[in-house]
Amino acid sequence: MADDGPAVEKVRVSFSVNGSALTLELDPRVTLASALREHLGLTGTKIGCDQGQCGACTVLVNGRRINSCLSLAVMHEGDEITTIEGLGTPESLHPLQVAFVEHDGFQCGYCTPGQILSTLAVLEEMKAGVPSHVTDSLDGPIPFTDEEIRERMAGNLCRCAAYPNIVAAIRDYAGGKP
Amino acid sequence: MKPFSYERPATTAEAIEAAARPGARVIAGGTNLLDLMKLGIEAPAHVVDINRIGLDRIEDTPEGGLRIGALVRNADLAADMRVRRHYPVLTRALVSGASGQLRNKATVAGNLMQRTRCPYFYNTDMPCNKRRPGSGCSAIGGLTHNLAVLGTSEACIATNPSDMCVALRALDAGVEVEGTGSAKRTIPMAEFHRLPGDTPHIETALQPGELITAVVLPAPLGGTQVYRKVRDRASYAFANVSLALVAHREAGAVVVDRLAFGGLALKPWRVEAGERGPRDADAIADIVLAGAKPTPDNAYKLPLARRVLAAALEQVE
Repeated sequence: MADDGPAVEKVRVSFSVNGSALTLELDPRVTLASALREHLGLTGTKIGCDQGQCGACTVLVNGRRINSCLSLAVMHEGDEITTIEGLGTPESLHPLQVAFVEHDGFQCGYCTPGQILSTLAVLEEMKAGVPSHVTDSLDGPIPFTDEEIRERMAGNLCRCAAYPNIVAAIRDYAGGKP
Repeated sequence: MKPFSYERPATTAEAIEAAARPGARVIAGGTNLLDLMKLGIEAPAHVVDINRIGLDRIEDTPEGGLRIGALVRNADLAADMRVRRHYPVLTRALVSGASGQLRNKATVAGNLMQRTRCPYFYNTDMPCNKRRPGSGCSAIGGLTHNLAVLGTSEACIATNPSDMCVALRALDAGVEVEGTGSAKRTIPMAEFHRLPGDTPHIETALQPGELITAVVLPAPLGGTQVYRKVRDRASYAFANVSLALVAHREAGAVVVDRLAFGGLALKPWRVEAGERGPRDADAIADIVLAGAKPTPDNAYKLPLARRVLAAALEQVE
């Protein structure tokens, strides 16, 4: 972030990350992605494009997925934030992480934290009956198809193009139904 | 990003007052504004975060329509059962835009206010009359693949990127705004976005000091409602051509009640003279697309618009 002006008045913000409440004093220009990585040391959240186009920075805010690079940290007063560090550990992986490993749902792994957090939100959205661009009926349950998964995951790019294996991992984790 | 001061008002009145400060910009979802601030295209001295002022509900109106709070997220508007059942063209338009992450954050008012994605508006090394009035339009004579074919001027050939706005135009929505001293007015969607003319930097009818508080949908129209979008890839891209259609059949023949196109101009493109009559797709397109001034690189949009319309009319039950 360019520092091209006089000292900026810092802003106090309190939110919780992976269940831990905390308070930060931040330059208001700091994005949520940068706050997580640089101020809290949670480098599992990745910054790819820094423009909201690639989805590598996806985190859950109050259970909903957003691009953390396109949000100022100070806008998150009182919010509950979940990052990849809040899901599993190398010793005890989240079942979705296990599925990604088993299906080889990545190559370089840079987009993977965002893919995994986005997947968890996608499955909740499908369970809630939220329609997507490829849903036929706006009134019924959402069919659990590869087409639905692909459309709903469109905001998470994978430059290694591991898409078929990502879809397989999601299908396996969800057990064929949302 | 240029330094700015930050304020988080608690009420609409406080937000309007804060936003009236010189150099102030309102932030809601931030999905477009922050992107532009990182690039230096927007450089507010003061940022007013309105995410805690309410305006986040969808209410029934006495007229049988819906009043959508300015801060309702695109995802929540698309998923609202009243919208899905009675204004399906709006749900379809919303879910065809952006990504799940962006729709969770972007608001109705922010969608209305989003800026063009013209590559020269985004390239600060090149002149752009929107960024710097009078500096010139780099798009004219430049890369125009996804730029406008209708309503253009010598000063600007940018397109409006919104899908939601195309549906709102077809539905004759109204944009409720409030200014200092609680002055309220409703701007019809037809007048909300401006064609470029010789002032392309003035993009909407919103006046300085005014804040969007809601979008109002009139009572449902019924009929078959279609939103079709053609883009360079299957998902997560701006429209080359899109259309919002509300139509029904009379004695077997399709009657178009409402028709608006996206991707063709700097505002949702609707020509009411093309509606109501018993006409086929080509006859309607002849009226709606009259006066187009395409470039060799975007002339494809005109036959594409005809074909998208013909395909949409076949969906009418």
